Amino acid sequence: MKNEMQIKFSALSQNESFARVTVAAFISQLDPTMDELTEIKTVVSEAVTNSIIHGYEQDPNGLVYITVKIEDGFIDMSIRDEGLGIMNVDEARQPLYTTKPELERSGMGFTIMENFMDEIEIQSQPGKGTEIRLRKHLSNSKMLCN
Amino acid sequence: MSLTINLEVKKDVLCIRLSGELDHHSADELRRQASNAIEEYDIHHIILNLEQLSFMDSSGLGVILGRYKQIKQQHGEMVVCAISPAVQRLFDMSGLFKIIRLEPTEEFALQRLGVA
Repeated sequence: MKNEMQIKFSALSQNESFARVTVAAFISQLDPTMDELTEIKTVVSEAVTNSIIHGYEQDPNGLVYITVKIEDGFIDMSIRDEGLGIMNVDEARQPLYTTKPELERSGMGFTIMENFMDEIEIQSQPGKGTEIRLRKHLSNSKMLCN
Repeated sequence: MSLTINLEVKKDVLCIRLSGELDHHSADELRRQASNAIEEYDIHHIILNLEQLSFMDSSGLGVILGRYKQIKQQHGEMVVCAISPAVQRLFDMSGLFKIIRLEPTEEFALQRLGVA
């Protein structure tokens, strides 16, 4: 069975918690392990924080869009903004690389996303925005048994 | 759930006890409170007790690294204790354990810094 949800919200830091908790609530119907749930929440937090800080440079007029699809034990997420975009995606993916050290950014966001998910695809166009697509297969994918 | 920050000064050691969720939103408040305490009380070392921390992301790593740099200037050290497996993975991934010591409890951390 295929199931899908979408949310959009203002690029405000208080919505980072809203985003990860909402996604976690949606995927909990797949009966994920606690570790998997933590991984998903962390990844959502990383991508949404990137959109807010880098995509919109903390302009609350910006909107962040999340789509989550679940099917056959797979989770497919898209986290998208219509912000500044990333000039050099390869550089941005390097561990500890950050364009905003003055904000005490660790530069670990993409590294964490890569480690916690099975697949990651980054599409970005300077001036138009960024979309991160993430895929993960859950170990206890009950959907296959139903 | 937001972040609750408990600060206690023992000699030249600042104990930072966190409960709740440390993300970009809550990191700003932690940075402000911890930085002020370090300057105001002439702090040399930090003990970071994460026993009650239920969530952390890379923004947490950033603010922790920022405080480490702050006390490094005082030739101090940072000890983190009571860390969950999930947070430990983030520390491992970022190499923070190369510069920040890990102890199982706050008592051990205090002994390590000679204030127990």
